[in-house]
Amino acid sequence: MFGLTKKDTGLLIVVAILTLLAPFILNPFPEGSAMAQFNAGYPDLMQRFVIFGIFAIGFNILFGLTGYLSFGHAAFLGVGSYAAIWMMKLLTMNVLPAIIISVLVAGLFSLAVGWISLRRSGIYFSILTLAFAQMSYALAYSVLTPITGGETGLQPKVDDPRILDAALAEGATPKANIFGLQMGQSFDLQLGGWLFTFNAGYYLAAVVMLLAFYLSIRIFRSPFGMMLRAVKSNQQRLNYTGLNPKPYTLAAFVISGMYAGLAGGLLVAMDTQVGPERMFWTASGEVVLMTILGGAATLIGPVLGAGLIKYMENILSKINKDVLHQWFAFLPDGLEDFIVAIVYPFVGKGWHLTLGLIFMAVVIFLPGGLVEAGQRIARLFRRKTQDKTTPAKTEPAE
Amino acid sequence: MTKTDVTRRGVIRSGAVAGAGLAVPTIFTAQSAAAFTNEPTGGTVTLGFNVPQTGPYADEGADELRAYELAVEHLNGGGDGGMLNTFSSKALQGNGILGKKVEYVTGDTQTKSDAARASAKSMIEKDGAIMITGGSSSGVAVAVQALCQEAGVIFMAGLTHSNDTTGKDKKANGFRHFFNSYMSGAALAPILAANYGKDRRAYHLTADYNWGYTTEEAVRTSTEAMGWETVNAVKTPLTQTDFSSYIAPVLQSGADVLVLNHYGGNMVNSLTNAVQFGLRDKQVNGKNFEIVVPLYSRLMAKGAGANVKGIYGSTNWHWTLQDEGSKAFVKSFGTKYGFPPSQAAHTCYVQALLYADAVTRANSFNPCAVAEALEGFQFDGMGNGPTLYRAADHQCFKDVLVVKGKENPTSEFDLLEIVEITPVGQVTYDPSIFGGNLGTCNPGA
Repeated sequence: MFGLTKKDTGLLIVVAILTLLAPFILNPFPEGSAMAQFNAGYPDLMQRFVIFGIFAIGFNILFGLTGYLSFGHAAFLGVGSYAAIWMMKLLTMNVLPAIIISVLVAGLFSLAVGWISLRRSGIYFSILTLAFAQMSYALAYSVLTPITGGETGLQPKVDDPRILDAALAEGATPKANIFGLQMGQSFDLQLGGWLFTFNAGYYLAAVVMLLAFYLSIRIFRSPFGMMLRAVKSNQQRLNYTGLNPKPYTLAAFVISGMYAGLAGGLLVAMDTQVGPERMFWTASGEVVLMTILGGAATLIGPVLGAGLIKYMENILSKINKDVLHQWFAFLPDGLEDFIVAIVYPFVGKGWHLTLGLIFMAVVIFLPGGLVEAGQRIARLFRRKTQDKTTPAKTEPAE
Repeated sequence: MTKTDVTRRGVIRSGAVAGAGLAVPTIFTAQSAAAFTNEPTGGTVTLGFNVPQTGPYADEGADELRAYELAVEHLNGGGDGGMLNTFSSKALQGNGILGKKVEYVTGDTQTKSDAARASAKSMIEKDGAIMITGGSSSGVAVAVQALCQEAGVIFMAGLTHSNDTTGKDKKANGFRHFFNSYMSGAALAPILAANYGKDRRAYHLTADYNWGYTTEEAVRTSTEAMGWETVNAVKTPLTQTDFSSYIAPVLQSGADVLVLNHYGGNMVNSLTNAVQFGLRDKQVNGKNFEIVVPLYSRLMAKGAGANVKGIYGSTNWHWTLQDEGSKAFVKSFGTKYGFPPSQAAHTCYVQALLYADAVTRANSFNPCAVAEALEGFQFDGMGNGPTLYRAADHQCFKDVLVVKGKENPTSEFDLLEIVEITPVGQVTYDPSIFGGNLGTCNPGA
């Protein structure tokens, strides 16, 4: 189906079902219960899951297939975001033009950066991209303040031109929408103790993510994808066979830059605000972590990695001392304080520490990321039929 | 060539499908019965404390969180009541807010707009927070304020000093108790003129971002009005840690005052560099060379150590103030945590109380009712003397403290001495000078 093998179609369908039913899956605990702290099914986080999923899928096309480690991908995300917000300020609050322009602008910018950076490979390439990203960050933060709003960033204002939109009603604020359907609108479904939120913005982002995922499967399985893998395995050999790898790597770089721009545009569509720290080098590092954590060069890995990191950033970081004391209230006082003292450094503001430990564990024990973990578990259950099934379609990260 | 059959049944069927498709968006407009976002229905009300727990302002954030915990304790009737006893409005009874017990959720802004908005959004969407407060950076304050305006909750800004927060980026749902760059400049200039004379030549080093720009402009305008001349203004990158290369040209410029529009670690480093270069021992134009730091905080003074001695700056509040409100707050904060509160802690504590008080006076959690209760509200007993929440831009107007690094500190907390309490009349400005549009309040839902 859709020009995919049976197995890939299966994967696409599973991902589609998971994303479309996410409001149910991510809210397994009833409202008001002690475990509700771990619910992730609220619109903002669901949107972040799929948007950063897109970002990581795009990054994986470059890193997973060609092996070129870009340390500056956040710059493309940021450029896409700025392009999108300017479309909203100048043209219309409809998100479609904003998203399309963000992809195009990020594509052009990545073409320029890629043109220069791809003259080198390995660590030099990484450093070059990092330099470009930090340069963009510094420009956005101070030098280009009139265009980027500096540290404060940009938001749609009541008195922006928005030449395609009708004038706002008195007292109304501009809201991102798609042909009138506002991104912030939600439909709440109350089932017993459970509350499920279906958000318009989330479903728009989810559909875009599915398209992006489909496109990435097609790229992975295409002759073009095969060329990119050839670049990764041995670029010199490719040169000797008379093939010039540069156009292929540049194309991969631009495609993954456009994915980042798409993610940036969607971020603005969901939450109409841009700040320069979106381009900071830690944001570039985050997407590398996502990809490696989930499994580089696998189709679903980056999405899983993005989900895990965003989950920890938003859920784990909000567990404060009070919450811990509530959980362990059943223990005798001394023991309670002791347990809280031990657990506390790993949650709340210590979520980075937990993330670091998980990352180390994954890199040491599961070089193929979360996907490898899944495969190992699956293998345990069907060891007997192993010889008949095809070998794992993924390859470990570098 | 494809053959298309148009049948009656087919037309009806596709018409029905299209109709259903068009009707889909209308189910999204079905709103819940609540009159405003996150209307508290049970016996509790949730406030969202969004402070930097990691990143460059983590110290301020930690102190803000301590202040919020203290405020919640006092609102729920615990502890010694702190400023509730000195606050001029007696609406709060120590039984929560409108009889509902105050609960809170915390989040980490990381001093990044994106992270701050994500954290505030999760408080609003997931935890049902009715009000968001906190923060230690103007960029974050502006970003979160805009979010709260969209979502329909009240935002009570924490430490944010840029003019923009209640200037060009002001919002109807956002309120700021802290003072701003303009007030710093207006309060400092007369003191500087009185101590250093009216014919000084100033050299500015300015942190290269919005807050730096507004502070530089404020200090420039008010000192030039006093007769000073601005020789040069140089922007320094925010990430700079060694300012030697920026300090060296100062002496050649013929300037006799150096103004450091820096905050936090930037100020600690630039001031230390300037003192190490021996600037303060120099004589230029027949006068002693002087250094000025427009925005001071105790945490910064601590970082710069002995270098702050005798250096002028302004601050929102200081724990050595001797009015009843300040004494009550310092006492209950000190009893609970063992050290005096910072100005960030003070402004956050006051903001939490002011919000609770406004809800009680309005007898409603509805953001529009709360905003109305805060607008034009005059109060006293919160440590800054008589204070007005101006309706036109949601900025608090109160006395501003001009402080000086203490020559002989008696403890590690006793680093600043109050030189003058600038009366509010001298720092009041016309709300229209910064532009911006307050809009109308948004109750959400």
